[in-house]
Amino acid sequence: MPSLKDLKNRISSVKATQKITKAMQMVAAAKLRRAQMAAEEARPYSQRMAKVLSNISNAMEGREGVSPLIAGNGSDQVHLLVVATAERGLCGGFNSSIAKMAREKARQLQSEGKEVKLFMVGKKGVDALRMEFSNAMVEKIDFREVKHIEFTNAETVGARILEMFENGEFDVCTLFYSEFKNIMTQIPTAQQLIPALSPDKSDNNTADIFYEYEPDEEEILGELLPRNISVQVFRALLENGASEQGARMAAMDNATRNAGEMIDSLTLSYNRQRQAQITKELIEIISGAEAL
Amino acid sequence: MAESFAFELVSPEKLVLSEQAMQVVVPGTEGYFTVMANHAPVIAMIKPGVVEVMLESGDLRRLLVRSGFADVSPNGLTLLTEQVSDLVDFDAEELEQQIINAREDVHDAKTDEKRAKAQLLLGQLEDAKAAISQSN
Repeated sequence: MPSLKDLKNRISSVKATQKITKAMQMVAAAKLRRAQMAAEEARPYSQRMAKVLSNISNAMEGREGVSPLIAGNGSDQVHLLVVATAERGLCGGFNSSIAKMAREKARQLQSEGKEVKLFMVGKKGVDALRMEFSNAMVEKIDFREVKHIEFTNAETVGARILEMFENGEFDVCTLFYSEFKNIMTQIPTAQQLIPALSPDKSDNNTADIFYEYEPDEEEILGELLPRNISVQVFRALLENGASEQGARMAAMDNATRNAGEMIDSLTLSYNRQRQAQITKELIEIISGAEAL
Repeated sequence: MAESFAFELVSPEKLVLSEQAMQVVVPGTEGYFTVMANHAPVIAMIKPGVVEVMLESGDLRRLLVRSGFADVSPNGLTLLTEQVSDLVDFDAEELEQQIINAREDVHDAKTDEKRAKAQLLLGQLEDAKAAISQSN
Protein backbone atom coordinates (compact mmCIF):
# COMPACT_ATOMS: atom_id res chain seq x y z
CA MET A 1 0.00 0.00 0.00
CA PRO A 2 1.54 3.32 -1.03
CA SER A 3 1.78 5.93 1.65
CA LEU A 4 -0.19 9.16 1.64
CA LYS A 5 2.87 11.07 0.55
CA ASP A 6 3.48 8.71 -2.38
CA LEU A 7 -0.08 9.10 -3.52
CA LYS A 8 0.14 12.85 -3.30
CA ASN A 9 3.29 12.84 -5.40
CA ARG A 10 1.72 10.61 -8.02
CA ILE A 11 -1.36 12.80 -8.27
CA SER A 12 0.72 15.89 -8.81
CA SER A 13 2.88 14.17 -11.42
CA VAL A 14 -0.14 12.91 -13.36
CA LYS A 15 -1.58 16.39 -13.17
CA ALA A 16 1.60 17.81 -14.69
CA THR A 17 1.43 15.23 -17.47
CA GLN A 18 -2.18 16.11 -18.11
CA LYS A 19 -1.24 19.74 -18.47
CA ILE A 20 1.36 18.85 -21.07
CA THR A 21 -0.92 16.63 -23.11
CA LYS A 22 -3.66 19.23 -22.93
CA ALA A 23 -1.28 21.88 -24.22
CA MET A 24 -0.05 19.59 -26.99
CA GLN A 25 -3.61 18.92 -28.01
CA MET A 26 -4.34 22.61 -28.30
CA VAL A 27 -1.18 23.29 -30.24
CA ALA A 28 -2.02 20.42 -32.59
CA ALA A 29 -5.51 21.80 -33.08
CA ALA A 30 -4.14 25.18 -34.08
CA LYS A 31 -1.57 23.65 -36.39
CA LEU A 32 -4.15 21.31 -37.85
CA ARG A 33 -6.26 24.20 -39.03
CA ARG A 34 -3.31 25.69 -40.88
CA ALA A 35 -2.17 22.36 -42.28
CA GLN A 36 -5.66 21.53 -43.45
CA MET A 37 -5.95 24.87 -45.17
CA ALA A 38 -2.62 24.36 -46.91
CA ALA A 39 -3.71 20.91 -48.08
CA GLU A 40 -6.98 22.28 -49.41
CA GLU A 41 -5.37 25.21 -51.15
CA ALA A 42 -2.97 22.89 -52.92
CA ARG A 43 -5.75 20.76 -54.31
CA PRO A 44 -6.74 22.94 -57.30
CA TYR A 45 -3.22 22.78 -58.70
CA SER A 46 -2.94 19.01 -58.66
CA GLN A 47 -6.47 18.67 -60.03
CA ARG A 48 -5.81 21.02 -62.93
CA MET A 49 -2.49 19.34 -63.50
CA ALA A 50 -4.18 15.95 -63.69
CA LYS A 51 -6.67 17.35 -66.20
CA VAL A 52 -3.98 18.74 -68.49
CA LEU A 53 -2.06 15.50 -68.16
CA SER A 54 -5.01 13.33 -69.11
CA ASN A 55 -5.74 15.63 -72.06
CA ILE A 56 -2.26 15.21 -73.41
CA SER A 57 -1.95 11.52 -72.74
CA ASN A 58 -5.23 11.03 -74.59
CA ALA A 59 -3.82 12.89 -77.54
CA MET A 60 -0.63 10.87 -77.35
CA GLU A 61 -2.38 7.54 -77.11
CA GLY A 62 -1.20 4.91 -79.53
CA ARG A 63 1.85 6.85 -80.56
CA GLU A 64 5.45 5.74 -80.51
CA GLY A 65 7.99 6.91 -78.01
CA VAL A 66 5.77 7.49 -75.01
CA SER A 67 7.82 8.67 -72.04
CA PRO A 68 9.03 5.90 -69.69
CA LEU A 69 7.54 7.92 -66.84
CA ILE A 70 4.12 6.86 -68.15
CA ALA A 71 4.83 3.58 -69.84
CA GLY A 72 7.50 2.33 -67.44
CA ASN A 73 10.85 1.03 -68.62
CA GLY A 74 9.56 -2.43 -69.31
CA SER A 75 10.83 -4.04 -66.14
CA ASP A 76 9.59 -4.31 -62.57
CA GLN A 77 12.57 -5.87 -60.86
CA VAL A 78 13.64 -3.02 -58.59
CA HIS A 79 11.04 -1.20 -56.53
CA LEU A 80 11.58 2.14 -54.87
CA LEU A 81 9.31 2.80 -51.92
CA VAL A 82 9.12 6.44 -50.93
CA VAL A 83 7.96 6.48 -47.33
CA ALA A 84 6.81 9.86 -46.05
CA THR A 85 6.34 10.14 -42.30
CA ALA A 86 6.44 12.83 -39.64
CA GLU A 87 9.46 14.27 -37.87
CA ARG A 88 8.00 13.91 -34.41
CA GLY A 89 6.31 11.17 -32.47
CA LEU A 90 3.49 11.34 -29.93
CA CYS A 91 0.84 11.28 -32.61
CA GLY A 92 -0.87 7.97 -32.03
CA GLY A 93 -0.62 5.38 -34.74
CA PHE A 94 0.20 7.86 -37.47
CA ASN A 95 3.84 7.00 -38.12
CA SER A 96 3.53 3.33 -37.31
CA SER A 97 0.60 2.75 -39.65
CA ILE A 98 2.51 4.22 -42.60
CA ALA A 99 5.61 2.26 -41.64
CA LYS A 100 3.56 -0.90 -41.27
CA MET A 101 2.06 -0.53 -44.71
CA ALA A 102 5.47 0.06 -46.28
CA ARG A 103 6.95 -2.87 -44.35
CA GLU A 104 4.26 -5.25 -45.56
CA LYS A 105 4.70 -4.12 -49.14
CA ALA A 106 8.47 -4.47 -48.90
CA ARG A 107 8.21 -7.98 -47.45
CA GLN A 108 5.75 -9.02 -50.10
CA LEU A 109 8.01 -7.73 -52.86
CA GLN A 110 11.03 -9.40 -51.34
CA SER A 111 9.22 -12.73 -51.12
CA GLU A 112 8.45 -12.37 -54.82
CA GLY A 113 12.16 -12.08 -55.44
CA LYS A 114 12.12 -8.36 -56.26
CA GLU A 115 14.69 -5.90 -55.04
CA VAL A 116 13.43 -3.22 -52.70
CA LYS A 117 14.93 0.19 -52.11
CA LEU A 118 13.64 2.66 -49.58
CA PHE A 119 13.56 6.42 -49.86
CA MET A 120 12.75 7.81 -46.44
CA VAL A 121 11.19 11.21 -46.05
CA GLY A 122 10.90 12.08 -42.38
CA LYS A 123 12.81 10.86 -39.35
CA LYS A 124 10.20 8.68 -37.69
CA GLY A 125 9.90 6.34 -40.63
CA VAL A 126 13.64 5.76 -40.52
CA ASP A 127 13.39 4.86 -36.83
CA ALA A 128 10.56 2.43 -37.47
CA LEU A 129 12.10 0.59 -40.41
CA ARG A 130 15.78 0.79 -39.47
CA MET A 131 15.85 -2.60 -37.77
CA GLU A 132 14.66 -4.55 -40.75
CA PHE A 133 15.61 -2.60 -43.84
CA SER A 134 18.69 -0.58 -42.94
CA ASN A 135 20.52 -1.95 -46.00
CA ALA A 136 17.70 -1.07 -48.35
CA MET A 137 17.55 2.59 -47.37
CA VAL A 138 19.16 4.38 -50.24
CA GLU A 139 18.12 7.91 -49.41
CA LYS A 140 16.99 9.86 -46.38
CA ILE A 141 15.57 13.34 -46.34
CA ASP A 142 14.12 15.06 -43.35
CA PHE A 143 12.33 18.35 -43.02
CA ARG A 144 13.04 18.93 -39.35
CA GLU A 145 14.24 22.45 -40.04
CA VAL A 146 11.27 23.28 -42.22
CA LYS A 147 8.36 25.00 -40.52
CA HIS A 148 5.96 25.07 -43.43
CA ILE A 149 6.28 22.65 -46.28
CA GLU A 150 6.70 24.58 -49.48
CA PHE A 151 6.73 23.44 -53.04
CA THR A 152 10.51 23.71 -53.22
CA ASN A 153 10.77 21.05 -50.48
CA ALA A 154 8.74 18.66 -52.59
CA GLU A 155 10.81 19.58 -55.60
CA THR A 156 14.02 18.39 -53.95
CA VAL A 157 12.40 15.02 -53.31
CA GLY A 158 10.93 14.89 -56.81
CA ALA A 159 14.23 15.82 -58.43
CA ARG A 160 16.05 13.11 -56.49
CA ILE A 161 13.49 10.47 -57.52
CA LEU A 162 13.80 11.48 -61.17
CA GLU A 163 17.57 11.45 -61.00
CA MET A 164 17.53 7.92 -59.64
CA PHE A 165 15.05 6.86 -62.31
CA GLU A 166 17.20 8.29 -65.07
CA ASN A 167 20.22 6.47 -63.68
CA GLY A 168 18.22 3.26 -63.85
CA GLU A 169 18.37 2.67 -60.11
CA PHE A 170 14.77 1.47 -59.95
CA ASP A 171 11.89 0.47 -62.20
CA VAL A 172 8.77 1.11 -60.19
CA CYS A 173 8.21 3.86 -57.64
CA THR A 174 5.49 3.87 -55.00
CA LEU A 175 4.77 6.66 -52.57
CA PHE A 176 3.51 5.95 -49.05
CA TYR A 177 1.74 8.62 -47.06
CA SER A 178 -1.34 9.15 -44.97
CA GLU A 179 -4.37 10.69 -46.51
CA PHE A 180 -6.30 13.13 -44.38
CA LYS A 181 -9.98 12.19 -44.23
CA ASN A 182 -10.95 13.99 -41.05
CA ILE A 183 -9.56 14.53 -37.56
CA MET A 184 -10.44 11.03 -36.44
CA THR A 185 -9.46 9.12 -39.55
CA GLN A 186 -6.26 9.18 -41.53
CA ILE A 187 -5.86 6.54 -44.17
CA PRO A 188 -2.39 5.23 -44.94
CA THR A 189 -2.15 5.22 -48.72
CA ALA A 190 0.17 3.74 -51.31
CA GLN A 191 0.30 5.56 -54.60
CA GLN A 192 2.25 4.45 -57.62
CA LEU A 193 4.27 7.32 -59.10
CA ILE A 194 6.33 5.67 -61.81
CA PRO A 195 5.04 4.39 -64.15
CA ALA A 196 2.12 6.73 -63.69
CA LEU A 197 -1.18 4.95 -63.59
CA SER A 198 -3.35 6.17 -66.42
CA PRO A 199 -5.72 8.82 -65.14
CA ASP A 200 -9.34 7.96 -64.74
CA LYS A 201 -11.04 8.54 -68.05
CA SER A 202 -14.59 8.33 -66.79
CA ASP A 203 -14.71 11.94 -65.64
CA ASN A 204 -13.03 13.28 -68.72
CA ASN A 205 -15.48 15.47 -70.52
CA THR A 206 -13.02 17.36 -72.66
CA ALA A 207 -11.74 14.31 -74.48
CA ASP A 208 -13.45 15.13 -77.75
CA ILE A 209 -12.14 18.69 -77.92
CA PHE A 210 -9.33 19.20 -80.31
CA TYR A 211 -6.42 20.90 -78.59
CA GLU A 212 -3.52 22.66 -80.15
CA TYR A 213 -0.15 22.34 -78.52
CA GLU A 214 2.57 24.90 -78.31
CA PRO A 215 5.29 23.60 -78.57
CA ASP A 216 4.36 20.04 -79.56
CA GLU A 217 2.85 17.38 -77.31
CA GLU A 218 6.06 15.52 -76.66
CA GLU A 219 7.89 18.56 -75.42
CA ILE A 220 5.07 19.61 -73.14
CA LEU A 221 4.71 16.11 -71.80
CA GLY A 222 8.45 15.98 -71.21
CA GLU A 223 8.14 19.04 -68.98
CA LEU A 224 4.85 18.11 -67.43
CA LEU A 225 5.64 14.59 -66.23
CA PRO A 226 8.65 15.41 -64.05
CA ARG A 227 6.74 18.30 -62.58
CA ASN A 228 3.81 16.04 -61.92
CA ILE A 229 6.03 13.86 -59.73
CA SER A 230 6.94 16.86 -57.58
CA VAL A 231 3.30 17.89 -57.41
CA GLN A 232 2.27 14.43 -56.23
CA VAL A 233 5.02 14.46 -53.61
CA PHE A 234 3.96 17.93 -52.51
CA ARG A 235 0.37 16.82 -52.17
CA ALA A 236 1.44 13.78 -50.16
CA LEU A 237 3.56 15.94 -47.84
CA LEU A 238 0.69 18.32 -47.19
CA GLU A 239 -1.79 15.50 -46.61
CA ASN A 240 0.76 14.01 -44.24
CA GLY A 241 1.11 17.32 -42.43
CA ALA A 242 -2.61 17.57 -41.84
CA SER A 243 -2.89 13.89 -40.91
CA GLU A 244 -0.06 14.17 -38.41
CA GLN A 245 -1.67 17.04 -36.57
CA GLY A 246 -5.06 15.35 -36.68
CA ALA A 247 -3.63 12.12 -35.29
CA ARG A 248 -1.71 13.99 -32.61
CA MET A 249 -4.80 15.90 -31.59
CA ALA A 250 -6.81 12.71 -31.22
CA ALA A 251 -3.99 10.94 -29.37
CA MET A 252 -3.46 13.84 -26.98
CA ASP A 253 -7.18 14.16 -26.37
CA ASN A 254 -7.18 10.51 -25.36
CA ALA A 255 -4.14 10.96 -23.17
CA THR A 256 -5.70 13.95 -21.43
CA ARG A 257 -8.86 11.99 -20.73
CA ASN A 258 -6.90 9.01 -19.41
CA ALA A 259 -4.89 11.26 -17.15
CA GLY A 260 -8.15 12.72 -15.82
CA GLU A 261 -9.46 9.25 -15.00
CA MET A 262 -6.23 8.36 -13.31
CA ILE A 263 -6.31 11.49 -11.18
CA ASP A 264 -9.87 10.69 -10.13
CA SER A 265 -9.04 7.17 -9.03
CA LEU A 266 -5.83 8.27 -7.28
CA THR A 267 -7.67 11.04 -5.45
CA LEU A 268 -10.27 8.52 -4.34
CA SER A 269 -7.72 6.15 -2.83
CA TYR A 270 -5.85 9.12 -1.32
CA ASN A 271 -9.01 10.28 0.47
CA ARG A 272 -9.84 6.76 1.58
CA GLN A 273 -6.44 6.28 3.08
CA ARG A 274 -6.51 9.66 4.77
CA GLN A 275 -9.88 8.77 6.30
CA ALA A 276 -8.53 5.40 7.42
CA GLN A 277 -5.60 7.09 9.09
CA ILE A 278 -7.82 9.56 10.94
CA THR A 279 -10.03 6.71 12.13
CA LYS A 280 -7.00 4.80 13.25
CA GLU A 281 -5.68 7.76 15.23
CA LEU A 282 -9.05 8.33 16.86
CA ILE A 283 -9.26 4.68 17.91
CA GLU A 284 -5.80 4.93 19.41
CA ILE A 285 -6.73 8.02 21.41
CA ILE A 286 -10.03 6.57 22.59
CA SER A 287 -8.59 3.22 23.60
CA GLY A 288 -5.73 5.04 25.31
CA ALA A 289 -8.24 7.12 27.33
CA GLU A 290 -10.27 4.02 28.27
CA ALA A 291 -7.21 2.25 29.59
CA LEU A 292 -6.59 5.03 32.11
CA MET B 1 -18.58 45.15 -75.15
CA ALA B 2 -16.56 41.99 -75.54
CA GLU B 3 -17.37 38.81 -73.65
CA SER B 4 -15.53 37.75 -70.54
CA PHE B 5 -14.23 34.30 -69.63
CA ALA B 6 -13.16 32.43 -66.54
CA PHE B 7 -9.49 32.94 -65.67
CA GLU B 8 -7.62 30.98 -63.03
CA LEU B 9 -4.05 31.35 -61.89
CA VAL B 10 -2.93 28.41 -59.80
CA SER B 11 0.31 27.84 -57.93
CA PRO B 12 1.11 24.65 -55.99
CA GLU B 13 0.49 26.49 -52.74
CA LYS B 14 -2.87 27.96 -53.60
CA LEU B 15 -5.38 29.27 -56.07
CA VAL B 16 -3.95 32.72 -56.61
CA LEU B 17 -6.59 34.27 -58.79
CA SER B 18 -9.96 33.08 -60.00
CA GLU B 19 -11.97 35.75 -61.75
CA GLN B 20 -13.75 36.70 -64.90
CA ALA B 21 -11.35 38.36 -67.30
CA MET B 22 -11.68 40.24 -70.55
CA GLN B 23 -8.26 39.46 -71.89
CA VAL B 24 -5.06 37.91 -70.65
CA VAL B 25 -1.59 38.23 -72.12
CA VAL B 26 0.38 35.04 -71.56
CA PRO B 27 4.18 34.69 -71.93
CA GLY B 28 4.34 31.47 -73.98
CA THR B 29 7.68 29.83 -74.74
CA GLU B 30 7.00 30.45 -78.43
CA GLY B 31 6.10 34.06 -77.81
CA TYR B 32 3.57 36.14 -75.95
CA PHE B 33 -0.03 35.52 -76.89
CA THR B 34 -3.30 37.12 -75.90
CA VAL B 35 -6.28 35.07 -74.83
CA MET B 36 -9.77 36.45 -75.19
CA ALA B 37 -13.16 34.80 -74.85
CA ASN B 38 -13.80 31.84 -77.19
CA HIS B 39 -10.13 31.31 -77.89
CA ALA B 40 -9.34 28.02 -79.62
CA PRO B 41 -8.27 25.28 -77.17
CA VAL B 42 -4.51 25.40 -76.66
CA ILE B 43 -2.09 23.90 -74.20
CA ALA B 44 1.09 25.91 -74.07
CA MET B 45 4.21 26.09 -71.96
CA ILE B 46 4.97 29.45 -70.43
CA LYS B 47 8.31 31.04 -69.70
CA PRO B 48 9.24 33.51 -66.97
CA GLY B 49 7.51 36.73 -67.78
CA VAL B 50 4.66 39.06 -67.04
CA VAL B 51 1.03 37.99 -67.22
CA GLU B 52 -1.31 40.89 -67.90
CA VAL B 53 -4.85 40.31 -66.84
CA MET B 54 -7.63 42.69 -67.85
CA LEU B 55 -10.38 41.91 -65.38
CA GLU B 56 -14.05 42.24 -66.19
CA SER B 57 -14.23 45.23 -63.87
CA GLY B 58 -11.67 46.95 -66.07
CA ASP B 59 -8.84 46.64 -63.57
CA LEU B 60 -5.45 45.61 -64.88
CA ARG B 61 -3.50 43.07 -62.85
CA ARG B 62 0.12 42.37 -63.66
CA LEU B 63 1.81 39.29 -62.27
CA LEU B 64 5.26 37.87 -62.65
CA VAL B 65 5.32 34.11 -63.24
CA ARG B 66 8.05 31.50 -63.40
CA SER B 67 7.63 28.73 -65.98
CA GLY B 68 4.48 26.64 -66.10
CA PHE B 69 1.57 25.76 -68.36
CA ALA B 70 -1.39 27.53 -69.87
CA ASP B 71 -4.52 25.53 -70.58
CA VAL B 72 -7.04 27.30 -72.77
CA SER B 73 -10.22 25.28 -72.86
CA PRO B 74 -13.78 26.23 -73.82
CA ASN B 75 -14.41 26.76 -70.11
CA GLY B 76 -11.72 29.39 -69.79
CA LEU B 77 -8.03 29.83 -69.19
CA THR B 78 -6.06 28.08 -66.47
CA LEU B 79 -2.48 29.02 -65.77
CA LEU B 80 -0.41 26.55 -63.79
CA THR B 81 2.80 28.02 -62.47
CA GLU B 82 5.28 27.28 -59.71
CA GLN B 83 5.89 30.81 -58.63
CA VAL B 84 3.80 33.92 -58.86
CA SER B 85 4.46 37.35 -57.52
CA ASP B 86 2.38 40.42 -57.91
CA LEU B 87 4.27 43.17 -59.62
CA VAL B 88 3.02 45.58 -56.99
CA ASP B 89 5.12 44.00 -54.28
CA PHE B 90 7.70 42.67 -56.68
CA ASP B 91 11.21 42.27 -55.41
CA ALA B 92 13.69 43.31 -58.07
CA GLU B 93 16.59 41.99 -56.03
CA GLU B 94 15.18 38.49 -55.99
CA LEU B 95 15.02 38.34 -59.76
CA GLU B 96 18.51 39.74 -59.88
CA GLN B 97 19.63 36.96 -57.54
CA GLN B 98 17.94 34.34 -59.69
CA ILE B 99 19.72 35.69 -62.74
CA ILE B 100 23.05 35.52 -60.92
CA ASN B 101 22.28 31.93 -59.87
CA ALA B 102 21.38 31.01 -63.43
CA ARG B 103 24.65 32.53 -64.66
CA GLU B 104 26.55 30.40 -62.19
CA ASP B 105 24.65 27.34 -63.34
CA VAL B 106 25.64 28.04 -66.92
CA HIS B 107 29.21 28.44 -65.81
CA ASP B 108 29.27 25.32 -63.63
CA ALA B 109 27.30 23.00 -65.89
CA LYS B 110 29.19 19.79 -66.56
CA THR B 111 27.36 18.41 -69.57
CA ASP B 112 26.33 20.27 -72.70
CA GLU B 113 22.74 19.33 -72.11
CA LYS B 114 22.72 20.89 -68.65
CA ARG B 115 24.46 23.97 -69.94
CA ALA B 116 21.88 24.39 -72.69
CA LYS B 117 19.11 24.11 -70.15
CA ALA B 118 20.69 26.62 -67.79
CA GLN B 119 21.38 28.92 -70.70
CA LEU B 120 17.73 28.77 -71.69
CA LEU B 121 16.58 29.60 -68.18
CA LEU B 122 19.02 32.47 -67.99
CA GLY B 123 17.72 33.87 -71.25
CA GLN B 124 14.15 33.57 -70.04
CA LEU B 125 14.93 35.32 -66.78
CA GLU B 126 16.61 38.14 -68.62
CA ASP B 127 13.58 38.40 -70.89
CA ALA B 128 11.40 38.68 -67.84
CA LYS B 129 13.58 41.42 -66.45
CA ALA B 130 13.41 43.26 -69.73
CA ALA B 131 9.63 42.85 -69.80
CA ILE B 132 9.35 44.36 -66.35
CA SER B 133 11.60 47.29 -66.98
CA GLN B 134 9.70 47.99 -70.18
CA SER B 135 6.36 48.07 -68.45
CA ASN B 136 7.48 50.28 -65.60
